[in-house]
Amino acid sequence: MNTIALIPLFPLLSATLLIMSAGRMPRHIAATIGAGSVGLSAICVALLAKDFLADGQVLELTLWTWMSVGDFAPRIAFYIDGLTIVMMSVITGVGFLIHLYSIEFMWEDESICRYFTYMDLFVAAMLLLVMADNLLLLYLGWEGVGVCSYLLVGFWYKDPANGAAARKAFIVTRIGDTAMALGLFLLLTELGTLDIQPMMIAANSQWQTGDALPILATALLLGGAVGKSAQLPLHTWLPDAMAGPTPVSALIHAATMVTAGVYLIARTYGLFLLAPPTMEAVAWIGLATLLIAGFTALAQNDIKRILAYSTISQIGYMFLALGVGAFASGIFHLMTHAFFKALLFLAAGAVIHCLHHEHNIFRMGGLRTRLPIVFLSFFIGSAALAALPFTSGFYSKDAILLSAWALEDIGPWLWAGGLLGALLTSIYSFRLVFIVFFGEAKTEPDRQPGWKMAGPLLLLCLLSLVGGWFALPLAGVFPAAAEHTVNHAVEWISIGTPLLGLLLAYLMFLGGQLSVDKMVASSGARALRDFWFSGWRIDQLYDVLWVTPYKKISYWMRNEPVDAIYNSIVAANQWAHHRLLVLQNGELRWYATTMVVGLILLLAVMLRNAP
Amino acid sequence: MLATLFYIAALIALTSTMAALTRANAAHALIYLIVSLLAVAVMFFLMGAPFAAALEVVIYAGAIMVLFVFVIMMLNLGDTGEDREREWLAGRNWFVPGAMAALLLIEMLMVLGDSQGVTSGNAVSPKAVGIRLFGPYLLAVEIASMLLLSSLVGAYHLGRRFIVRRGEH
Amino acid sequence: MDGLMVPMEHVLVIAGLLFICGLFGLMLRRNIIFMLMSLEVMLNSAALAFIAAGAHWGQADGQIIFMLILTVAAAEVAVGLGLVLQIQRRFKTLDMDQAHRLRG
Repeated sequence: MNTIALIPLFPLLSATLLIMSAGRMPRHIAATIGAGSVGLSAICVALLAKDFLADGQVLELTLWTWMSVGDFAPRIAFYIDGLTIVMMSVITGVGFLIHLYSIEFMWEDESICRYFTYMDLFVAAMLLLVMADNLLLLYLGWEGVGVCSYLLVGFWYKDPANGAAARKAFIVTRIGDTAMALGLFLLLTELGTLDIQPMMIAANSQWQTGDALPILATALLLGGAVGKSAQLPLHTWLPDAMAGPTPVSALIHAATMVTAGVYLIARTYGLFLLAPPTMEAVAWIGLATLLIAGFTALAQNDIKRILAYSTISQIGYMFLALGVGAFASGIFHLMTHAFFKALLFLAAGAVIHCLHHEHNIFRMGGLRTRLPIVFLSFFIGSAALAALPFTSGFYSKDAILLSAWALEDIGPWLWAGGLLGALLTSIYSFRLVFIVFFGEAKTEPDRQPGWKMAGPLLLLCLLSLVGGWFALPLAGVFPAAAEHTVNHAVEWISIGTPLLGLLLAYLMFLGGQLSVDKMVASSGARALRDFWFSGWRIDQLYDVLWVTPYKKISYWMRNEPVDAIYNSIVAANQWAHHRLLVLQNGELRWYATTMVVGLILLLAVMLRNAP
Repeated sequence: MLATLFYIAALIALTSTMAALTRANAAHALIYLIVSLLAVAVMFFLMGAPFAAALEVVIYAGAIMVLFVFVIMMLNLGDTGEDREREWLAGRNWFVPGAMAALLLIEMLMVLGDSQGVTSGNAVSPKAVGIRLFGPYLLAVEIASMLLLSSLVGAYHLGRRFIVRRGEH
Repeated sequence: MDGLMVPMEHVLVIAGLLFICGLFGLMLRRNIIFMLMSLEVMLNSAALAFIAAGAHWGQADGQIIFMLILTVAAAEVAVGLGLVLQIQRRFKTLDMDQAHRLRG
């Protein structure tokens, strides 16, 4: 069979096998199948990538026609170009490492079979998403990853809080999905096809830049991307989704699912280029999100929530890149982010795993000597996250900042905002490192990570360091970015800011020269810290705006007033029936009399109409 | 003269019918009815249908009415029955049936009053009736006989006295 | 013997009057026996109309229909009186207003 078709097939098959075993499969086999299938897919991707790098030829494979309704006949078809190769490599490569790690992390859990079912199903859906030739198949993968995200976030379903978090994730992304579906409808009716490449060609011939229709369609697609990628205003689900197991957060909420929105915009770049207002909106959304999330991460004390807000912030950078037209930089940052964020999440998982499920960073400390490999992972990951020089994050983030600066009008503002975000990123990520790994130990680890956890960590460390040295095979995918003159001052400022952040973090949290307690001594500062801690009170805002009114309306309508209309028809019918029933009294004389009355009336009518 | 006879018979028929239907005593009512039927038979005879007149007397008055008499005797209504009937025949009960009947009468007169035609002066002999019966109406005769058979069986079954033993329903 | 020549109108009016009498009796009386008698009266009036028609056309068909009406009346009376006996046994009365178990 064709290698391309095998790639989503392996995880799909393993998910089917695992689900049919109804949880009775022995651990070893379940884990081997679960992780092994993704490994096999990774090998297939590697083979595919080797060929692609050699000849750069785009591959297409059609499996069958999905449905055929009138003119509309979407196919199950795959389209492999440079962008797809990059995404597939990230999904299967990082995914395999995470699966391997999960074996050890989830070994003592009783539902390990169910875990690998959901994880493999997720990988299969995500692969479908990135390999899809048409937007309908992409939407299938989109919804599939949404469902798997719900299943995995609510994995430990016996605790109702996890269920609530899973529902929140699903519902908030659903809002975005609905917008995206509307966008798909619009595109289908206007352009006649949902196949991505023909669609972009048709759009270019049918629409002018700045027309209302492409703006509307791309705005709707942007709605979907915003939901899935946890950007403002639909970002509230991601911090709560940390209720799931940590490898889940690493895979779904760092490396793959949340990048689906970025992928969507990059894939349909042709449409977005026709709608400059939407592009600008993308950039501003990215900027606002990265700043808000950055400030919020600064005030958190749960190790996973810091990383969650960090993810939201970094995806803001990717949106910023897409918004200014630097599609390749956005995808580059997507890849490097996958490396170091997965690394950070896995390392956090190792900390949690070894510290018997402690999440609060202020109850950790001094783990530098006790968990050395984890410390190394965290340090390298944070360095890459903060974009310290020569890490992979450095190359990708600086590319974005330079592209932002190069844009006319709003470019410098975007650049300044991105710079502030970089400063914040550096501060909060090193805050995390210094508080957790330095100082005195408040909780002792009760075990060390095994090779299945340490191995992936080390591999991801390597990737986080050298991942930025490779040029991505994106040459043929995006239109060539305009060469902009390099402004050295801007470059040096961009390089220096993360280092400044590192210095500030050192002074505040390790050296003690700048006392954080004195900074938050005043009530105003404390209020500000609380404001940032609650995520800028957006959750509360949504509660007031949407949730409470919805509940109130549901309460008012609890007696089904709409049904009353239909019930009233029934009631009227029954009332008439009971009134008429009086006529049927069972007496013979009465019946005879009524018959005579009828006869009289009939004859009267006949006599009237007679000529 | 025959015409006068005809109208007298008609008058007798009408009055005795009215009398029959307004008696309290069932046996009296039946006798009046028999008189009415005999008057109608006279009318048939005068119109030139002797066979029908004979049938009217023999079967209608002779068998059907006698059946009625037998059943009334069997039911043994007695004086209490008669008093009850008188009570039910009180004046106020006549209003609705009377009004309905009057209205219907007016309408029927309006409908029937337009009819043209005269009875022919010729009698139709029983022989002619017999020929018609064995000719075109053969099937009707057979069906009529089956109807009578079914009513025979039905009447026999319905007239049975069902003995209810104690404890049985 | 030859028959009489009477205007059809008159005969039909007489038949109509007899019918109305029967109908009146049906609506007026509560005793089932009298109701059955009223039915007989109505059947009789219909028979009169048929005979008149037969006499008008000078054909035997009128009398044949009369015979069939007679058959029907006989059958109906037989079965009806059987039912009357059953009613008397079960309801202990011949009042038709009491026999309203088919109401509703």
